[in-house]
Amino acid sequence: MLNFIRKYWQVLARPSTSIGLGVLTLGGFVAGVIFWGGFNTALEVTNTETFCTGCHEMRDNVFAELQTTIHFTNRSGVRATCPDCHVPHEWTQKIARKMQASKEVWGHLFGTIDTREKFQDKRIDLAIHEWTRLKANDSLECRNCHSDESMDITRQSVRAADAHERFLFTGEKTCIDCHKGIAHRLPDMSQVPGWQ
Amino acid sequence: MFRFSIALCSLVAAALLIFVSDQVSADGVATLRGEAVLNGQNEAPRMMPFINNDIREARNYPEQPPVIPHKTDGYIVDLNSNKCLSCHARSRTGESQAPMVSITHFMDREGQFRASVSPRRYFCNQCHVSQREVKPLVGNDFVDVDTLLLNRAKQQ
Repeated sequence: MLNFIRKYWQVLARPSTSIGLGVLTLGGFVAGVIFWGGFNTALEVTNTETFCTGCHEMRDNVFAELQTTIHFTNRSGVRATCPDCHVPHEWTQKIARKMQASKEVWGHLFGTIDTREKFQDKRIDLAIHEWTRLKANDSLECRNCHSDESMDITRQSVRAADAHERFLFTGEKTCIDCHKGIAHRLPDMSQVPGWQ
Repeated sequence: MFRFSIALCSLVAAALLIFVSDQVSADGVATLRGEAVLNGQNEAPRMMPFINNDIREARNYPEQPPVIPHKTDGYIVDLNSNKCLSCHARSRTGESQAPMVSITHFMDREGQFRASVSPRRYFCNQCHVSQREVKPLVGNDFVDVDTLLLNRAKQQ
């Protein structure tokens, strides 16, 4: 094994004898563009709703639930897709999340939540992951669409305006503290603070 | 010939239907379907907006479950969670400034007060409902007990 590596290292370390420097640099550049482009394209493909709902775990549970909520149908016809809320938009964060998601591939292959019952049992853990993530980044994915600056509370109901003024604008709370279970059904909330 | 008889049959059936629906309206008795024929579709009434002004409405009688002066669409009340209680529970009212669930809701069937809402009173929207800005479907001459007593006093 060591011999094998050494042999290849020698090939790589030795200056090329027959290929021109131009071909090597240009070839390297073109190959780089193709690989980087391919990587990003593949990344974008995994960042679509079609991809997410390609697995029945997502399609039959969370996606089916989303369809009854305001984030799927509403008066203005703007809607959120899975990655809008569940994948950070910024590159470094996105890659970090994608690496975590490799565990979800594992879960799919080994059927961790392949029935409704298994999903229901696991739902509290999955929900806590998302709540923790959104709490830690100050509800960044919510704020990608719903910004403080653009929120005109005079157009909200008295109750909503009051709550946003007291808790959101003062920074005392973040979106996810109050708005849990707005896009999917909730797990058993008896142990979650603020719920009964 | 066969085709002709089918056409004739359906013509007779249609005439009969018109006759029947005429009968209904002539009697002044109609169901919620109104004038629509059996195999027809009524025009759906417009969906009116919810009353969402947070102004409490007076109850018509003391035992009336108060109506909800705000929207509750998307509020889930089930075995796992109760969205109403995340504002109206005793421990939440300080933060939410919402009225607390009445103490009668803490009572179990033996009349014993429990620590929180009793399971038989858990499903809020069995009694409390949001209101829409609609005209009542049928007339109603209900008067509350104060008006009733006042009227009697006047008569005597």
